[in-house]
Amino acid sequence: MSGRKVVVTGVGGICSLGLTAPAIWDSMMAGAVGFSPLPTFPQGTLRLNLAGSVQGFPDGRIADRTLDHTDRFAQFLLVSAKEAVENAGLAKEDPRWKDAAVVAGSGIGGEVAHDFAFWEMYGLKKPRVNPLLIPKVMANAGASHVSMAYGAQGQVYTVCSACSSSNHAIGLAWMHIQSGMCDLALAGGSESSITFGIMKAWEGMRVLSAETCRPFSKNRSGLILGEGAGILVLESEESALSRGATILAELAGFGMSADAAHLTLPQPEGAALAMRRALQAAQMEPDEVSYINAHGTGTPANDPLETKAIHSVFGDHARKLAVSSTKSMHGHLLGGAGAVEAVTTVMALQHQIAPPTMNFVEPDPECDLDYVPNAARPMPIRAALSNSFAFGGLNAVLAFRTYQA
Amino acid sequence: MFEDTAQKVVDIITSTQKLEPGKVTIDSTFEELQIDSLDGLNIVFALENEFDLDIPDDQAKELTTVRQVAERINALLESRANGAAEPPAEA
Repeated sequence: MSGRKVVVTGVGGICSLGLTAPAIWDSMMAGAVGFSPLPTFPQGTLRLNLAGSVQGFPDGRIADRTLDHTDRFAQFLLVSAKEAVENAGLAKEDPRWKDAAVVAGSGIGGEVAHDFAFWEMYGLKKPRVNPLLIPKVMANAGASHVSMAYGAQGQVYTVCSACSSSNHAIGLAWMHIQSGMCDLALAGGSESSITFGIMKAWEGMRVLSAETCRPFSKNRSGLILGEGAGILVLESEESALSRGATILAELAGFGMSADAAHLTLPQPEGAALAMRRALQAAQMEPDEVSYINAHGTGTPANDPLETKAIHSVFGDHARKLAVSSTKSMHGHLLGGAGAVEAVTTVMALQHQIAPPTMNFVEPDPECDLDYVPNAARPMPIRAALSNSFAFGGLNAVLAFRTYQA
Repeated sequence: MFEDTAQKVVDIITSTQKLEPGKVTIDSTFEELQIDSLDGLNIVFALENEFDLDIPDDQAKELTTVRQVAERINALLESRANGAAEPPAEA
């Protein structure tokens, strides 16, 4: 796939590990695990109540009136965008905003506002709901608020594909820049769904862990929900060079596929296909890759399938890869997962350090790769993939490499 | 009665819009206070909760000044007190 080179010039993030991308990175380097028991809910009792909630937010970065008009998932996206734009050194007056894209993933939309309003109606029998419920709940609210904050009038929309939402969003923004539709894009996604209703729904699927998230470890017992957001500032190479921006990495390729098989059981062939397509789009040989930020949910089903898919794509080189799941620390951000993990992957390239898979205590014969267990690892990383696989069998993989002029 | 209602309306608009005390007066217009259509929805919601009444859509849309709001609320309260046709609040 040919087209213009797309580079990353800024990152922003928020999750239970920290309120900014550098804070998240520092936590990962320390092997921090950002899970804690949830406070009791007035709506009832949870069987499993561990989650990666963001603490100390809102933190003053959003004006009071904007807070009144937004759900938490949009607030996360707004602060990540603000951080990423500042990191990229882009002024609000920059003429690039006129045609800029904002493509943001969200699997669920404004679930905190939704859950609370319906609790008030159905549970507390209140006669009326917050009149801004509709514009708070709509899944595109995050992208829209970001576009308003910067005057971005280009390709602004939201992608909803469950746990692959953010990778699809970043991949589409990459396509917009590559094809010449725009020079600048804010791409990523956010999620905030640690509500009583959604926790019960995940409980019902029996994929939540009662103790912690242990991706690829034999005694893994499921995922832990997280929340937060991530944003990449993407630019055409010419745009970044012309304004003297610091280039953090190249977003070299994007691959997507559908399993077309089962609603919730992932298929290794589909995952492998998305990875192959990402490599092909990036014109990247498999042995150029040294790090993979895995989907790595810590469920019994995902981790062996992902391992198998990596073997099938990389052959002998699979054994030389460092593969880690940072979900072991920040939990599963669902529609926001790919965004925080893409930010992490860019920082891994910047720092030349693979973040760890924490809570890894027991090797599994079905998961036989190098998962960077329990400690971050300095290593040369020329290129890296970031995997997202969604319920519904939708797979999206991003390929990054260190920038070379 | 009208003075009490007016003071409550001023207080509600002040808190809903997060304005400094004293900024909103009975003679303020929504335009002066930079109250847009979304803000208006929030204010009507807060007024309905405070006074436990329903402001019909067609009446809510016509409100553009603080005095109009206070007069409308007062009228609704009076018609309720007189047992008139104002629809009863639920709950």
